[in-house]
Amino acid sequence: MYAFLFFLNFVLIYTIFAVYAERKISAFIQDRYGPMETGPYGLLQTVADLLKLLQKEDIVPLAADKRIFKVAPLIIFTSVFAGFAVLPLTSDFGGSQIETGIFYLLAIVSLDVIGILMAGWGSNSKYALLGAMRSVAQIISYEIPLGLSVVCVIMVSQSLNLQEIVYQQGIFINAIDPNAQNFLFGIKALGIETTHIGGFLTWNIFRIPFFFLAYLIFFIASLAEANRAPFDIPIAESELVAGFHVEYSGFRWAMIMLSEYGMMLLISFLGAILFWGGWNTPLPNIGSVALADWTSGEPGTIAGHLWGAFWLVSKALLTVGLQIWIRWTYPRLRLDQLMNLSWKYLTPGAIILVLVSALWRLLMI
Amino acid sequence: MANQVQYIFDQENLRKSAPQKFKSEDLKREEMIINIGPQHPSTHGVLRLEVLAKGEEVIEVVPHLGYLHRCFEKHAEKLPYNQIIPFVDRMDYLAAMNTEHAYAMGVERMLGIDKIIPKRVEYIRVLVAELNRLASHFIALGSYGMDIGAVTAFFWMTRDREHIVRLLEWASGARMLYNYIWVGGLFYDLPVGFEERCLEFTTYLKPKIKELERVVIDNKIFIDRTANVGVLPVDLAINYGITGPMLRGSGLKYDLRKVDGYSVYPEIDFDIPVGKGEAGTLGDCWDRTWVRVQECYESVKIIEQCLEKLTGEHKRTRDFDPRALAPKKIRPKAQDFYIRAENPKGETGFFFRADGRSDVPFRCKARGASFVNLSIINELSKGGLISDLIAVIGSIDIVLGEVDR
Repeated sequence: MYAFLFFLNFVLIYTIFAVYAERKISAFIQDRYGPMETGPYGLLQTVADLLKLLQKEDIVPLAADKRIFKVAPLIIFTSVFAGFAVLPLTSDFGGSQIETGIFYLLAIVSLDVIGILMAGWGSNSKYALLGAMRSVAQIISYEIPLGLSVVCVIMVSQSLNLQEIVYQQGIFINAIDPNAQNFLFGIKALGIETTHIGGFLTWNIFRIPFFFLAYLIFFIASLAEANRAPFDIPIAESELVAGFHVEYSGFRWAMIMLSEYGMMLLISFLGAILFWGGWNTPLPNIGSVALADWTSGEPGTIAGHLWGAFWLVSKALLTVGLQIWIRWTYPRLRLDQLMNLSWKYLTPGAIILVLVSALWRLLMI
Repeated sequence: MANQVQYIFDQENLRKSAPQKFKSEDLKREEMIINIGPQHPSTHGVLRLEVLAKGEEVIEVVPHLGYLHRCFEKHAEKLPYNQIIPFVDRMDYLAAMNTEHAYAMGVERMLGIDKIIPKRVEYIRVLVAELNRLASHFIALGSYGMDIGAVTAFFWMTRDREHIVRLLEWASGARMLYNYIWVGGLFYDLPVGFEERCLEFTTYLKPKIKELERVVIDNKIFIDRTANVGVLPVDLAINYGITGPMLRGSGLKYDLRKVDGYSVYPEIDFDIPVGKGEAGTLGDCWDRTWVRVQECYESVKIIEQCLEKLTGEHKRTRDFDPRALAPKKIRPKAQDFYIRAENPKGETGFFFRADGRSDVPFRCKARGASFVNLSIINELSKGGLISDLIAVIGSIDIVLGEVDR
């Protein structure tokens, strides 16, 4: 319950600032100021925009399938927000710690395709329909490399539980398994134990070096999953005007934008949890300079909550910043090139990585 | 001559300009009509395209024009030659100086005073025209980047264009529609300090064009999107009457600044960049864009040479009056006359029919480069995807003011 209330408010507030950040970052990239008038440095611009959106008339096109049209934004938002239910924000704070966390997350997030298709189909507009079809084709084909790169992590972690995966990547590894040990690069034969050094050395991405590639695939696929540039062809502004949400206005449109930004955050959280150590601190213990101990609290204590939330949210927001940066730098791919990238490069690459993870796992035990 | 019928009404003409070419009853299975424009982010104005598509695949494109028609030619039949110049500005509003230059040159040749125009006036004309060519190419490249999805390119290009627009505002008083080049001279001499400021600008600009080239033109995704898309073979281009960067992108070295050698262009050293098909096939969208970027470098070169002449050989003098030769009454002999010049979009031409009795042209027909270039859109985009259609529209670089006039 607490987690629900926390994440709902967190996503709303985050979205307000993410939109502001997006506008400001894009402005700095493009040599302009961005919003400057509303509030100091335009900080209240998004709030003003939100108020405007709330007051707008809720237009439903005459030719639209009204029920489908109206319910679609809700489905999109619900499916994205439901994903937050299994995220371990700190060492023992999170919605649910079910054993099949990742499986649930990937499954529920895929449901937003249905919402998008409903939005595009129900609008009864050619642009919206084309956008929806593109979106479905894109999300379904990118779910495969995304899922396979997650499988790499699962094979190494031997767990579908997100909380357990995070515990394995830090100094509190013994809290879940008293006999567990971490070794440098995960290779037991090297004999360099890092269990109590912690820090970034025990993060998955450093523990298993080739996970850089897996994360790359995960990141590219997650961009496509969140319909972000350069994979924003479903909402390609210069081609389909706004794609599947071209007919939406007012609050329904705001819901769709909210779920787009929520998706960015969710996928960044997931990336941080799977590859970048979750709520674990990046600073290692170096002999008597116990940086890792100082910058992370014992699980269950208040310090543990604060440090954990701080590290995880920082990691996620950095990734969101990276997504924004990429959006304003790259041109957009074409539909067939998008499919090429997914099926010819990312998917085979991810399959090979799954194989390598299996072999690496043998080195770890 | 005056009583000749110019236009014969025919019911068939109405059918040709019907708002819809295809009917939904005639569609085959899986086909649909998509209406792109006139309010669409990437039709560069009020162009309407009727697209017959099969899913994402384009089968046929029919452009519908006339949303920005302002009766330029009819206006021109009622106004004295010198008062037409502001209307000429509004044709290609992104490159008003170039069009003005062509127009003023045409009237001067009809009057027979083109040989006695002072050299300083000619150099200033070339200088401002090339500045405006840069501005026009910046908009073309920037909005093309935006069509492809790189929004940042547009803002960078408008940032650099702003400097040009301010320079021209300083000279003429207007940001876009200048009325600066007059028949027989100029509105004013360049303001004091213009040459120095302009030189500062060119040194600032060169690295910026390089930056654009690195970030957008050489970008892998940009090349993927534009190479081998909308391939225009040179013979097809000639048959359609395509001119300007589009024709040069197809590999033909044809530039009126060299071919006709008007104004002081023969005295200036510059190259004509032509497409080489480096990224894909010769004459694809990438080649056209690349030619535009290279032309920006050439324009900078021309501007620098003009500035050298304007501060050296043809320096500003106290008693120099750029209006000295501007005739009070413009009354050419009875004749038909066609003048053409190189606009950033292609060949801009004016056909005059003077009756020898009045200072109003009997007929002034304009040839807009964008209009002619747009005619090839169906050839370039059929068989491609809708995304390719957008890429093709951007690479043609149309200005609807010039298409509809």
